[in-house]
Amino acid sequence: MGHDHDHADHSELSEIDRRVRALETVLAQKGYIDPAALDVLIDTYQTKVGPRNGARVVARAWVDPAFRERLMRDATAAVAELGYTGRQGEHLIAVENTPGRHNVVVCTLCSCYPWPVLGLPPVWYKSAPYRSRVVRDPRGVLAEFGLRLPPGTQIRVWDSTAEVRYLVIPERPAGTDGFREEALAALVTRDSMIGTGVALAPREAT
Amino acid sequence: MTYVSHADLGGRGGFGPVVRQADDPVFHGAWEQRVLALTLAMGATGCWNIDMSRSARETLPDYLDLSYYEIWLKGLETLLAANGLAMPEELAAGRVLHPPKPVSRVLAADRVAAQLAKGSSTARAPAGPARFRLGQRVVTRPAPVDHHTRLPAYLRGKTGVIERIHGAHVFADSHAQGLGEDPQWLYTVSFDAVELWGGEARAGDGVSFDAWQPYLEAV
Repeated sequence: MGHDHDHADHSELSEIDRRVRALETVLAQKGYIDPAALDVLIDTYQTKVGPRNGARVVARAWVDPAFRERLMRDATAAVAELGYTGRQGEHLIAVENTPGRHNVVVCTLCSCYPWPVLGLPPVWYKSAPYRSRVVRDPRGVLAEFGLRLPPGTQIRVWDSTAEVRYLVIPERPAGTDGFREEALAALVTRDSMIGTGVALAPREAT
Repeated sequence: MTYVSHADLGGRGGFGPVVRQADDPVFHGAWEQRVLALTLAMGATGCWNIDMSRSARETLPDYLDLSYYEIWLKGLETLLAANGLAMPEELAAGRVLHPPKPVSRVLAADRVAAQLAKGSSTARAPAGPARFRLGQRVVTRPAPVDHHTRLPAYLRGKTGVIERIHGAHVFADSHAQGLGEDPQWLYTVSFDAVELWGGEARAGDGVSFDAWQPYLEAV
């Protein structure tokens, strides 16, 4: 997919702005949409739903073995305990990294992503390079993210082809014994829950 | 084949390295936010389903030349015209030229939070018992099909193992074609990377994907 729009000049941007405004006007005048609902939808995904939700889930799993067990058995129900439910998270599965296994999530066919715990996907996740290559050359793609796994670590790529959504549970970083849940959540990056990163070491999280 | 998806990218070459932006924005401009919200709000009218939306996007001839939200915008415009809800001349003029068609639901602002929190489960009662069991070896359908499908090309005709059984779910292939929900058993099937990519892959690495039962045959 093209990225020209990122560098587009002002006239091109205003042309698409006009086109979207015209679309919204027609749909509102026909009574199909409530423009106020659009504002609520945008506000939800801009300010309310994002990767801090997922970070709380991961931190809870690190400190609470019973929660971790429920999360691995039925992630949809376990995540709902923290209040995260709904669209694009109706059928959640948690996949856990271990010293011998690293998990990475992709949607090669479109952009499926666990919205209630991670929010909307970043541009690279939806891009042709990531979608085409991570299933075939995961080590090469992870290296571009600065992530080099030990040679003995096996990589499992999860291609989200149905309505099941995957959340990676990264390994708990060393040197965090005795950390409280909130401090641990601050170490959990969005990329570590997609699998293109790992959780931060305590000294990195400043 | 008359149906062509331009979105089936797994394993294809030539797209270059993954490009990340400094602050990794979710949106680039206000219009992208409006396109997302318009797509969700029109989806809520029930005039089409999510599989029809995906089908409308992946069949855009210029899919690979468009940015993500340009794809969503064109996909939405395509569905609006195909359903007679808003025609291209109206979108060009920015005003209503044809009378509206009745829609079954309009998403109200005060219902958004509840609707999003509720989501829309695709789990359904199965019509019969599951054909496959955990650990069973299966082979995926080798041939392409002439309609929307969620079996990626790189996973066609490959042998893998049933890793999870999810119950029966709305079958995307039927749903996208307007043939109803047609619930089918859904499985996670796992493949060794060498089965998919041969010698360039590392044994032990692998790919898992979610496959409806019609995609699979016993080995």
